[in-house]
Amino acid sequence: MIKKIYLVGNPNVGKSVVFSRLTGVQVISSNYPGTTVEISRGYLRVGVERLEVIDLPGAYSLEPATKAEAIVAEILEKERRDEIVVINIVDATNLERNLFLTLQLIEEGFPVVVCLNMCDDTEHRGIHIDIEKLGRHLGVAVIATCALTGAGIKALIEKVKEIKPSERSQRSHSQRWEEIGKIIEEVQQLTHRHHTLREILEDASLRPISGLAISAVIIYAAFKTVRFLGEGLINNVCDPIFFKLYQPFLEKISSVLGQAGFLHHLLIGELINGKIDFRQSMGVLTTAPYIEFAMVLPYLFSFYFVLSLLEDIGYLPRLAMLLDNLLHSLGLHGYAIIPVLLGFGCNVPGILSTRVLESKRERFIASTIISIGVPCVPLQAMIFGLLGAFGGFYVAGVYLVLFSLILVLGIVLNRTLKGYSPEFLMEIPPYRFPPFFILIKKLYIRIKAFLVEAVPVVLLGILLINVFMYLRWFDLLINIFAPVIQGLFGLPKEAVVALGVGFLRKDVAVGMLGPLNLSAKQLFIAATLLAVSFPCIATFVILLKELGLKSLVNATLIMVSVALLVGTVLNFAIVR
Amino acid sequence: MKKISLVQMKANQRGKIFEIASGSALVARLMSMGIYKGREITKLSHFALRGPVTLKVGRTVMALGHGMASKIIVEIE
Repeated sequence: MIKKIYLVGNPNVGKSVVFSRLTGVQVISSNYPGTTVEISRGYLRVGVERLEVIDLPGAYSLEPATKAEAIVAEILEKERRDEIVVINIVDATNLERNLFLTLQLIEEGFPVVVCLNMCDDTEHRGIHIDIEKLGRHLGVAVIATCALTGAGIKALIEKVKEIKPSERSQRSHSQRWEEIGKIIEEVQQLTHRHHTLREILEDASLRPISGLAISAVIIYAAFKTVRFLGEGLINNVCDPIFFKLYQPFLEKISSVLGQAGFLHHLLIGELINGKIDFRQSMGVLTTAPYIEFAMVLPYLFSFYFVLSLLEDIGYLPRLAMLLDNLLHSLGLHGYAIIPVLLGFGCNVPGILSTRVLESKRERFIASTIISIGVPCVPLQAMIFGLLGAFGGFYVAGVYLVLFSLILVLGIVLNRTLKGYSPEFLMEIPPYRFPPFFILIKKLYIRIKAFLVEAVPVVLLGILLINVFMYLRWFDLLINIFAPVIQGLFGLPKEAVVALGVGFLRKDVAVGMLGPLNLSAKQLFIAATLLAVSFPCIATFVILLKELGLKSLVNATLIMVSVALLVGTVLNFAIVR
Repeated sequence: MKKISLVQMKANQRGKIFEIASGSALVARLMSMGIYKGREITKLSHFALRGPVTLKVGRTVMALGHGMASKIIVEIE
C-alpha cells in the first residue's frame, strides 16, 4: 500500500512549486539551486486516501556528495519500495543532466513517475521532447507539467494511483551516461534559433567586465527601489493612516483615561507636550503598532519585493560568482552571499540557509558574520527612521562599521579556525520571468510570517516592559550595568533597558531609544551596538539548533567581545 | 590535439574532457552533474585573480572554483 509520495529531483527544477500545487501548502520557491533547505511535508487526497507528500532538497545523485544529497539518500534508503511513490521532477529544458538521477532512481527499484516540468519553457528555447518515446525508454510514466500554472498536475496525480515498482538493475556511472546519450538522441530534437535578448543578457552577466557593470547597475537599482517603495509607503499610506485616522481616536481614549495612571501608561504611554507621539509615547496602542506597521512593515514589503524579484529572475547565483574572490578571503565561497542577503531580511532564514554551504567551518563563519554584521529589515528600518533624522551620514556610518566588522571578523576567523574553505561548484540557472502572481504569493508568505511571528511578540513585549517600568523593576538592572553603558559607551544609563530589549526584538529596542533624547553620536553608538551585540531570541534559537551548544557559546563570546570593543572604540574615537 | 587545463582554455573555446586529475569524491560529484571524461564542453568565461571559471555542458551552465578548474584537463583541436 502506498503511504508517502517523495518529490525528488536535481536542484532548481521546481520541486517546491510542484509541492505547493499538490498539497496546497505554501512554501518559498526561487530560481536558484538550494532554496529548500528544510524538508516540507503536506498531504494530497487521492480518492479516499490521504497521502503524505514530502519535498526533499535538490540532489544530483543518490550517491551523496553534499549534505543535502546525504539527507535525501538517507531518507529514501529507509523506506520500503512498495510503500512509497517517487515523483522525479525533471527540468525539461535540461533533460540530459537530469536523467542521471532518474536512471539511478529507476535502477534502485523505486516506483517512479517522471514529472517533466517547465514544459512551457522548452518551445521557445528550440527544444522538442518526444514524451511517449521517453517513457518507453525509461520504462516509467512521464507526464509533462508546468507547475507554475498548474498544467499537467492532474494527470500527474492520476499516474500516482497506478504506479508499479521498477525492476532493480545496476549500471556504472559511465554506462549510465552512455545510456542517457542514446535516449537523448532518440527523444530530443533541438532546432537552431537566433540568440534572444535574454540569452545575450545571461551571457553578459557571466563575463568579468560586463558582469561587474551589470551587478553595479542591479545593486544600485535594487537599493533605490527598496528606498523609494519603503519611503513612499510610509509617507503616502502609513503615516496618513496613523496621524489622520488613528491619532484622533487615541486622543479620545487618552482623555477618557484621564491622561495618566497605570492603564494610561500601559496603553497610551507618556504624552509628549500634551499629545500622543507615536515615536516616543511607548504605549501598547501607540508606539507598538506604529513601529511595526508604519516603520518596519513598509520596508519589509519593499525589501522582500526586490529580493523576491531577484531570486525569481535567477540573478543571485551570478552575483555569487562575482563575489567568490572576496568571500574566499573570509573563508567562504561565493554562494555564501545568498544566506547573507536573506539575513538582511531576517537573520533566521539567513542562518537556516547556511545549510547550502558544505562544511561546518563555513557554516560557523557565515552564521557568526550574519548575526553580528547583518542587520535585519526591522532593525534597519528603525535605524533609517530614527538615526536618519540626524542625516544620512550617520546611517551610512552604521553600515560602514558593520561592513568593516564583517571583513575583519571573516579574515580573522578564516586565519584562526582549522580547516580550509571548499570551492565554488554550482549550476547557474537561466534567467526566468515568472508570472507576477508568483511574486505576490511569495511576498504574501514572507509578510504573513512576519505578522504572525513578530507582531504578537512586540505587543506583548511592550506591555510587559511598561508594567516593569511602572513598577520600577528595571532600576536594579540599570544600576548594575550603568558603569559599562555610561563609562564605556557614553550612553545614559536608561539605555540599558533598550539594549536588553534588543534580545527580544531589535525594532522595539531602537524604538525605546527614541524617548531618551540621545545626541546623534549616542544614537549612532546605540544603534550600532544593537546591530552587533546579541542577536534576537529567535536568531539565538536557530543558532543553537544549527550550530550546537559549543559553537553557539563561541559565537556568543565573539559577539559580546565585539560589542564591547566597538561600543568603546566608537565612543572615544568620535569627538562630537 | 593539445591537452590543457580548463583554466588555460580561452573563452568560447570548445574541447573534450580528457581527465579529471582529482580524488574520487570530486570525480563522482562532477560526474553526477554531467562533467565526466569524454564529455564535450565549451568554456564561457574566467574571472581574474584565481576567480571561478564558467563553462557550458550540454544545456547547463556551470561555475566552478579555480582549483577545481585547474584539475580538469581538456583535449582541444
